[in-house]
Amino acid sequence: MEKSLDTFSLGESGIIKAVSGEGKIKRRLFDMGITPGAEVYMRKKAPLGDPIEITIRNYELTLRKAEAACVVAEVKKV
Amino acid sequence: MKRFALAGNPNCGKTTLFNGLTGSTAHVGNWPGVTVDKRDGVYKKCAEPVAIVDLPGIYSLSPYTPEEVVARNYILDEKPDCVINIVDATNLERNLYLTTQIMEIDVPVVVALNMMDALEKAGDRIDEKELGKRLGVPVVKISALKETGLKELMDVAFETSKKPRKGKTVLADSALAHLIGDVKIALDGQKVENPLFHAVKLVEEDEIEAEMHKETLNMVKEFKKTFSDDTFGTDFEALVADGRYKYISKNFAPVLQRKNKEKIKMSGSDKADKVLTHKIWGIPIFLVILFAIFHLTFSENLFYLGSMFDMPSVADNQAFIAKNDDGSLVYETDDEGNVIYEKDDNDEFVLDENGDKVPVPVLNYGGRWIACFYDGTVYSPGVIVNNIWNDMIVGEVSGRLSALVEDSSMADWAKGLINDGIIEGITAVLSFLPPILVLFLFFSILEDSGYMARIAFILDRMFRKFGLSGRAFLPMIMGFGCSVPAMINTRTLADEKERTATIRVIPFFSCGAKLPILTAVAGAIISQWKPGINADLITYSMYLLGIIVAICSVLLMRSTTLKGETPPFIMELPAYHAPQFKNLMAHLWDKTKHFVKKAFTIIFASTIVIWVLTHFSFKWNFLGDEDINESILAGISQLFQPLFTPLGFGSNSAALREFGWVFVLAAVAGLIAKENVISTFATLAACLSAIVGSSLTAGINIDAESGIGAVVAMIRATGITVPGLLAFIAFNMTTIPCFAAVGTAKAELQSKKRYGWTLLFWLCASYIVGTMIYTIGTAWWTAFIWALVIAVVVTVIVLINKGMLSRRKKLN
Repeated sequence: MEKSLDTFSLGESGIIKAVSGEGKIKRRLFDMGITPGAEVYMRKKAPLGDPIEITIRNYELTLRKAEAACVVAEVKKV
Repeated sequence: MKRFALAGNPNCGKTTLFNGLTGSTAHVGNWPGVTVDKRDGVYKKCAEPVAIVDLPGIYSLSPYTPEEVVARNYILDEKPDCVINIVDATNLERNLYLTTQIMEIDVPVVVALNMMDALEKAGDRIDEKELGKRLGVPVVKISALKETGLKELMDVAFETSKKPRKGKTVLADSALAHLIGDVKIALDGQKVENPLFHAVKLVEEDEIEAEMHKETLNMVKEFKKTFSDDTFGTDFEALVADGRYKYISKNFAPVLQRKNKEKIKMSGSDKADKVLTHKIWGIPIFLVILFAIFHLTFSENLFYLGSMFDMPSVADNQAFIAKNDDGSLVYETDDEGNVIYEKDDNDEFVLDENGDKVPVPVLNYGGRWIACFYDGTVYSPGVIVNNIWNDMIVGEVSGRLSALVEDSSMADWAKGLINDGIIEGITAVLSFLPPILVLFLFFSILEDSGYMARIAFILDRMFRKFGLSGRAFLPMIMGFGCSVPAMINTRTLADEKERTATIRVIPFFSCGAKLPILTAVAGAIISQWKPGINADLITYSMYLLGIIVAICSVLLMRSTTLKGETPPFIMELPAYHAPQFKNLMAHLWDKTKHFVKKAFTIIFASTIVIWVLTHFSFKWNFLGDEDINESILAGISQLFQPLFTPLGFGSNSAALREFGWVFVLAAVAGLIAKENVISTFATLAACLSAIVGSSLTAGINIDAESGIGAVVAMIRATGITVPGLLAFIAFNMTTIPCFAAVGTAKAELQSKKRYGWTLLFWLCASYIVGTMIYTIGTAWWTAFIWALVIAVVVTVIVLINKGMLSRRKKLN
């Protein structure tokens, strides 16, 4: 099942399918390693539910839900 | 001399390596983006000395943040002899992404695999020879922290720098390889340097590049019409980034052998995160930590032990009281030589069983040492350090020096200048070193451990409401230490409007140099009026006031002159690690040096100037202490004095009209350095007591460090009210910051117009805040008027923003 990264629940992981968004933000996401094919894991949500923390390419990255909404990933079956 | 540049991702240990190589003590922190400008040093252990340049940390050579542009331009334009690319071995894939970009430039490259110690501790291994072969550049294993492999790294870099290197790309297999090749040939024909790098950036349609090579860009545009990729369409930027990562995962990542194949396991960092960034407890824990820091720095009642248990004071024990030669006790006296008697909290004399007043005994040497740690209550570490420094070291030395001067055969005016001017001024400033250092130490620990980055994560949601990102948190909290590095650090903010807004409010985060104003004035209010509250409470509330003013200002600016989208927040969270002792000490030492240097240069000089200008008249006659009202500075300050009447320290009453100019003078002297505010009081208190007489100094000691006595003398001479004093603190906190900070703001804002508006903003903000405090403090009902004004302003702004009022032209 494909869905955008901001809708992932805690502990869910997936494979990134597509990255959209406005130039600067998209470029930043790419530079940080969020590219199609990469595996992503939803680690944590901040106290107020936003931003979120993910594991990508073996490190921890935090981004807002608004930015995570630009990323579509295929949920991995556990 | 050869020049080597250090380039790499943020927080990969570049600055630690730089310090290790050059013996510097540049600021290191566990937070991505501590270094925001390049920095130079020299490495001396090669065949010949080598200049080392530490570039800001970057993830990519794209042109989106100022530090990326700094690093990119340095490598391209300044042509270092070798680029040492530091790669965090524990985060290989993402770090190599930058490596693939650097390799496209025609410059010798050496890869330094850093944090090998951490990697090996986890049981993982990297085959660096194989990685070197696949990359085509030498790879050296190092640990910047443990300083291993540095010599080898520099030797390899030195050898590598001897032969030029042609750029190479990992995109040779990608769908864009042909286009990149064609653009490269075209650029080569135009004699462009680093054709490969520029070709790739041009294919990406990078903003800077597209501007530089307009004609060649058409080639890319033409190609685009004929091209389509299944996933990316014609988004070449995405194709290039994807190509790099694909190549890395396929060819470079396999050199890493993980002991534990299970990627998602609980590390120590995860366990700490479970608690510190907890859904519910994250924010309360942060507030508790913040409170604990202030408590440990300022509290004279550690953990409130003194309130829970009944503990005797040091003077209750005869063994600690000083005795005269004949065995009688020595009692405390004020400046006039009268014995001081004990008073209770209600300012009533304490009487013994015979109904006599109880004199305050003087402690002997041992007793004084004990009183540094404990006196009826246990002191916090910050207060203990403060007591030892002030009572036992600075106080002793300055007391002896003054006595020496007093007994010498110098002219009276020289004695006055040295004792009341120089020694008073400098001790007043030096006495604030302990709280500044202790506070700074705690913030360094937070930063070094990696917790600071989590705070940004926790607070982002809140910051967004004010139109900022969580990243703006670090520069703001740094402002509590010093505005200068804080303003420079705003370079990590990609959005220009967010940067401007942040720079403008940084001074409201009361810096170390403003702390003396807070503690001295708060202490004086307590000592003069005995309002039954703790001096710390006033200090805390003033810090809080600064934060509130900052929040309101950001809200105001972001909804009027600095409107814009809330900037994105995409940030790496570094792993927690125990703070490095060596690192912390280096930070503290730097801060101490900076502070002491400032005390003996700028502040020393301005104290002399102020003393001279308050002791000479316009006709250049020397004036005694009792005639300072005729002095040059008094004359000038009196001119501006009426301006401050709404703030309560202008010409409000007869006494204020006469001496109130001292507050104006102190505030103006504070524009040079904020420490000057209290040192000016210290200098002038002696003069005022010569005019007003002994009533001014009864029961206090104006020479005491911490400046409390000096402020009490000011209060008695001018009859200023509590709201006036609070307005005075608030004015100094929110007005134009010191010289150094103003200079930094000017450089960082990069626009004369914005700088001009910023100065005006600071003046208006401080004037409004000061007036508000004074008027509300004097007549509480004026709060309603203020509320009404604020409501009207907010409504107007909201209506304008919703387009319901006709759009007027706005300031930028």
